[in-house]
Amino acid sequence: MANVQILPNVKHVFLVLSGKGGVGKSTVSTQLALTLQNCGFKVGLLDIDLCGPSIPRMLGLENSAVHQCAQGWVPVYTSPEQTLGVMSVGFLLENKDDPVVWRGPKKTAMIKQFLTDVYWQDLDYLIIDTPPGTSDEHISVLENLKTVKCDGAILVTTPQAVAVGDVRRELTFCKKTGLNVIGILENMCGYVCPHCSECTNIFSYGGGESLAEMGKVPFLGRIPIDPKLTKATENGENFITAFQDSVAAQAFITIVKKYMIPQEESMDVSEPIDV
Amino acid sequence: MALRRFNFGVTLSSWKMKYSTHSDPLGTNLKERQAQMMKKGLPVKKPIEGVKNVILVASGKGGVGKSTVAVNLALALSRHLPSQDVGLLDADIFGPSIPTMMNLSGNPLLTDKNLIKPLVNYNIKCMSMGFLVDNNAPVIWRGLMVMSAIEKLLRQVDWSPLDYLIIDMPPGTGDTQLSIAQNIPVAGAIIVTTPQEIALIDARKGALMFQKVGIPVVGLVNNMASYACPNCGHHSHIFGATGAEKLSKEIGVDVLVDIPLDTSIMEAADGGYPIVISSTSNNPLVQAYMSLAEKVLSRLSAIKDEPSR
Repeated sequence: MANVQILPNVKHVFLVLSGKGGVGKSTVSTQLALTLQNCGFKVGLLDIDLCGPSIPRMLGLENSAVHQCAQGWVPVYTSPEQTLGVMSVGFLLENKDDPVVWRGPKKTAMIKQFLTDVYWQDLDYLIIDTPPGTSDEHISVLENLKTVKCDGAILVTTPQAVAVGDVRRELTFCKKTGLNVIGILENMCGYVCPHCSECTNIFSYGGGESLAEMGKVPFLGRIPIDPKLTKATENGENFITAFQDSVAAQAFITIVKKYMIPQEESMDVSEPIDV
Repeated sequence: MALRRFNFGVTLSSWKMKYSTHSDPLGTNLKERQAQMMKKGLPVKKPIEGVKNVILVASGKGGVGKSTVAVNLALALSRHLPSQDVGLLDADIFGPSIPTMMNLSGNPLLTDKNLIKPLVNYNIKCMSMGFLVDNNAPVIWRGLMVMSAIEKLLRQVDWSPLDYLIIDMPPGTGDTQLSIAQNIPVAGAIIVTTPQEIALIDARKGALMFQKVGIPVVGLVNNMASYACPNCGHHSHIFGATGAEKLSKEIGVDVLVDIPLDTSIMEAADGGYPIVISSTSNNPLVQAYMSLAEKVLSRLSAIKDEPSR
């Protein structure tokens, strides 16, 4: 078999995982990618959730198509500067509402193509958004990334017990497969009523932090339920740029500064990032 | 040129007469023939022994509340029809939530016939991957093993007798969905969604998938529809407002019920004491699930009464 070099010009690779569905993996992936882009890095965002590709919608790229060049498939860029390139099965469907009803082997082949046949060019960061679980997609991506230095996985959870239970399994998956865990991020922590400003913990509190403690991995922080973030992802808007002072945006900026940008590469880390 | 006689006794002219038509003179209606040939290779649907009706609770999207709805629906059905047997199968191999929600744990026993005995709580027979693996152990399986596990959970569990088997599906449209759709006859599927567009995109795919494999979608559940602040009572639509209604019109499937986002539902589920049984029957949340159960039953009997499609 030809020894194809996978991702030869990508400096850092991060996976966003969760055992549980619906905790906000795609939201977190896109916001981290946007934050890195705003910091001036060249970023790639790969969506390997083949059955439920959410990334195109979240970045306003729903009607985009993938083009081919001599070196392979060209990712869909969010702007002419080509600082954020995206690849998702969503771009390959004839009709965006078509379901992708594939068994494992077909999914495995697609993921391999995403990693070998896409012309990512030089990237500072590649963020990989995964589907929930620990199945074909996860096994394939890790197999294909064996020759690539993967910085690690960010595990996303909501605070409630059923979510934490699934993420605990995902944590064990990472340890078993030797994947470095960057930390656990707790999403949908608290909702501030727009009427009375009372903060209620709709999905309970503290589950992610306890799991991080128990699993001896860093706790990356809490992201509250922010309707502005929900709306931005629905409409494909850049939340980080539009609402950079919000609690949610600041949480993403902190995670990027503290856990994703290596200290020697950080430029003006002491100053708040001005986007 | 004389017509050659083929080995199997068909002449070229008779072959053309059999398969050619005015609009397709060369008889090359390959697509139809291919479809017929491919159908021969598909598994035949075989009902689960002793189980009368199978209802799927599904969604293309994760985290919309499938397990919560499945658990409360099963309990609501059981309450509505106390003389009938209801079972609950957790088909989410990778993220089994049913053990937590039904407050069940432990290794199931085997019967004399070597069938796995489902664990029972609140009068519901339950089976989940969560009973067969350790709490922290991830199930790192490729699709083929998932298919095999689903087959075992369907056929090698002592379900009989059951009037209704609710299957809590995992998110997505992959191996599990196909395995179940192709192997057992399903009375109907409910699609759970939240109002936000990102969830609806996947719910739509889930519904289309069921239509593709010939499973009737009996209705939508609009979950986490609105949120009432416990402090001031202000209603907000955290995850959007009109999404489910829009989807309903698009795919021609009714919204059966709107279930609000309420901390008590989540707390009850997390605590293993689901709201349908932990709260009083005049609680609007309980009434919502009871209404869902009634509507599902009436839709299912309407489908049965329909002349065969």
